Amino acid sequence: MVTAQSEVASQYNVIGTRPIRHDGVDKVTGAAQYGADLQLPGMLYGRVLRSPHAHARIVSIDTSKAAALEGVKSVITNADFPRASDDVIDTGEGSAQLNWLLDNVIASDKALYKGHAIAAVAAVDHHIAEDAIELIEVEYELLPPVLDVRDAMLDTAPKLHDGLKTGEMDGSKSDGDSNTASHLRFAKGDMEAGFADADVVIEREFVTSMAHQGYIEPHNGTAYWRADGTLDVWTSTQGSFVVRDSVAPLVQLSPSQVKVTPMEIGGGFGGKIPVYLEPLAAILSRNTGRPVQLTMNREEVLLATGPTSGTYMRVKMGAKRDGTLTAGEVYLAFEAGAYPGSPVGAGAMCALAPYDIPNQVIDGYDVVVNKPKTAAYRAPGAPQAEFATEAVINELAEQLQIDPLELRLQNAAVEGASRADGFTYGVIGNVECMQAAQDSSHWNSELAGPNQGRGVAQGFWFNIGFESSAYAQVNGDGTVPLVLGSTDIGGTRASIAMQLAETLGISAEEVRPHVVDTNSVGYTQVTGGSRTTFAGGWAAYECAMDIRRQMAERAAQIWEVDAAEVEYGDDAVIRGPADDEGNERSFGFKELAGQLAASGGHIVGRADVNKTSSGPAFATHIVDVEVDPDTGKVDVLRYTAVQDAGTAIHPAYVEGQMQGGAAQGIGMALNEEYYYDESGDLKNASLLDYRMPTALDLPMIEPIIVEVPNPGHPYGVRGVGEVPIIPPAPAIQAAIADAVGLRMNELPISPRAILEATLPEEG
Amino acid sequence: MTTQTSHIVVNTTINGEPTVFLANERDSLLEALRDRIGLTGAKEGCNNGNCGACCVNLDGRIVNSCLVMAAEVEGSEVRTVEGLADGDQLSPLQNAFLEEAALQCGICTPGFLVAAEALLEQNPDPSEHEIRYWLAGNLCRCTGYDKIIRAVQLAAGQGQD
Ligand code: FES
Ligand code: FES
Repeated sequence: MVTAQSEVASQYNVIGTRPIRHDGVDKVTGAAQYGADLQLPGMLYGRVLRSPHAHARIVSIDTSKAAALEGVKSVITNADFPRASDDVIDTGEGSAQLNWLLDNVIASDKALYKGHAIAAVAAVDHHIAEDAIELIEVEYELLPPVLDVRDAMLDTAPKLHDGLKTGEMDGSKSDGDSNTASHLRFAKGDMEAGFADADVVIEREFVTSMAHQGYIEPHNGTAYWRADGTLDVWTSTQGSFVVRDSVAPLVQLSPSQVKVTPMEIGGGFGGKIPVYLEPLAAILSRNTGRPVQLTMNREEVLLATGPTSGTYMRVKMGAKRDGTLTAGEVYLAFEAGAYPGSPVGAGAMCALAPYDIPNQVIDGYDVVVNKPKTAAYRAPGAPQAEFATEAVINELAEQLQIDPLELRLQNAAVEGASRADGFTYGVIGNVECMQAAQDSSHWNSELAGPNQGRGVAQGFWFNIGFESSAYAQVNGDGTVPLVLGSTDIGGTRASIAMQLAETLGISAEEVRPHVVDTNSVGYTQVTGGSRTTFAGGWAAYECAMDIRRQMAERAAQIWEVDAAEVEYGDDAVIRGPADDEGNERSFGFKELAGQLAASGGHIVGRADVNKTSSGPAFATHIVDVEVDPDTGKVDVLRYTAVQDAGTAIHPAYVEGQMQGGAAQGIGMALNEEYYYDESGDLKNASLLDYRMPTALDLPMIEPIIVEVPNPGHPYGVRGVGEVPIIPPAPAIQAAIADAVGLRMNELPISPRAILEATLPEEG
Repeated sequence: MTTQTSHIVVNTTINGEPTVFLANERDSLLEALRDRIGLTGAKEGCNNGNCGACCVNLDGRIVNSCLVMAAEVEGSEVRTVEGLADGDQLSPLQNAFLEEAALQCGICTPGFLVAAEALLEQNPDPSEHEIRYWLAGNLCRCTGYDKIIRAVQLAAGQGQD
């Protein structure tokens, strides 16, 4: 493995190295406590009854038999909750309207998808809880389900919500009810002139299936409603403050009455931002006076959480013979699931983002259907939108007979280019990624056999900043406990601690990061949006600067000199003016740390940041595949992922994000789909049938980290988590076209899809 | 109304310790380990044999503990992730997972460690393909498997045990 320091890292002592993560030992010994591992004295176990129907009016619910079962302590329905307002709360990677959020947690008048929660029980044992939900009697009046985004947009479609109108960007609303919750449009230039300038115009349609985040840990939530009216919640979440601010209004408590403790989290990818179980556990606990734990099984996870949107998309692009892109027109219709709020807006902003195209129109539609409410999934909206646009770019390259990387380089967005939504890029690494791909050994190698092909694609994701908080104290032995509010899903304790260590001039091991509850740290946004190492690291940097200032002041006090004469060096040596005898005066970090208690007390540094800036990220992926013409199976033979990380704080975990994101993208490209029958029954709600890549399905994924430091961050960080899920699908689609001449414009490109496209129809 | 369940006394050895526990007759081994014995290292990812997060070693064979009834382990030896380290001495495989950054969220890690340890006991020098084949029953959604495979290779190179 190449672990040589990069050019960027050579400026630093800690950044760019690969220390063992601080939480590592607990995670290899089984000691780490995830949400479902929590056991509290007197704890009850909950279970949720879910709708067997995709669309039905709930006529009545009779819980009496369940409540009478020995060992059952409480049975609740939506009626046990206070009425929720239609206020909208910020959830980090999106927003939620409270009444819809509550209805998704537990249905009120209608069940809107198979698996929609109807009632919940708490019992002394989970076996009894399971028996109890079987005894709940629900009378449904079946309604016709709406399962496809195109069907849902028809005027004649059954409507999911009374009173839902189509909202436009100018604030106007449609007259009649609609399943289309909103329409947005980004435009620049002159489309007619753009297409008139083109020598080649390609227009294609694309369809993608819903796909699940697929975290291995199912959702969990434990709550204890104390007699004094305060509520404790323990949960595996990406955002403890989002859980607090979601649960508090749903159960009519003040945020100050709710304390959320983030447990270790077994994957999220955006899907562990919304609340599902926590409000149910809270009411069950209020009713019983005992802690209540709810966990989902895998079927519930697939039926009722996540996924990302299924889509219908159209892309029309024009280019001159020399390869100059002249116009791009994009139509995106995204399934939101049962309640409005698909990631179509982000998809629309990303669709053409890697390119500088003068004339663009991008339309997006957010459409409700009788499927689970979608949740953020790694670069939400972008894998779909960029699948469609990248596929057309690859097809244009083929028609123009221009190398696909050359075509991209020729049209690449660079500093100063602006997107249709109006954003203008600062320093970005778009071109650098494409060039690194061109220079890679993979791109310059030969394919080895028949039915093999190579594809390439680009990806863009914004990354976000926003609020993070940190505080840290200096212990007498020079170690520094660091207190954070960001759940650590993939090594962010380490990446944030390393930035504190770098700033203080101490080692990563001397910093001890801790993730704490919502009462013990300042407001911190979700671990999502690729923001944690960016904004959390920025908070750590400012926290360390606060410590440096205080350490310098303390040295000045000890030396009885003016603080302005003392300097805290990047080598962690605190230097003052020479004493009366002309002797140099200095303290090492540890030395001064040891004198703090006696010289006026300990030092605590703190910082709260709220950054509206971010570090846009680009990636270029190359893939070789082999298509088996007899079975339609596609094998991924070789994979290279290039990505601009800005500065790679902990390169091993940057590579891990690139490899993991690529693996999820490969799954989305080749296998993963939500397979519904006409009644809206999900036919593959297990990990056997919802087919995620195994170790045997994948080759090594070779990471190439490009570092174009982000000038908008003290250490040049860009986010790294999300962009690598974007290029796999269009790169694989192009590789299949290269291998067997088929352009598959529907995801996933499963063996069945390939066979349907290749086999002659049976007579 | 009452539910009909009875409890069973189970005598077993867990991570080298003779252990007696009371199982609900409906408990899987995974449920017994987690809820009755308090060993929560084995995780539930699917509860139907498809993810490997609950993988434990039962009398020398790796099993998905969600598919084994607790009552079946009477007289057996069970080894879980909690039994891999020798006191505060991590096993070579555990160290290799840390050195190679082979975990992100870590929920799959206990299952991978137990499964990979069994592989290296049988085959101290597995090829990449043999490692991938052996671990195909353990799902990881975070890493793309690269660093897990490399960690197993590293531990093999250092001679696990
Ligand atoms: S929980 Fe046992 S295999 Fe998934
Ligand atoms: S590290 Fe998260 S599932 Fe493997």
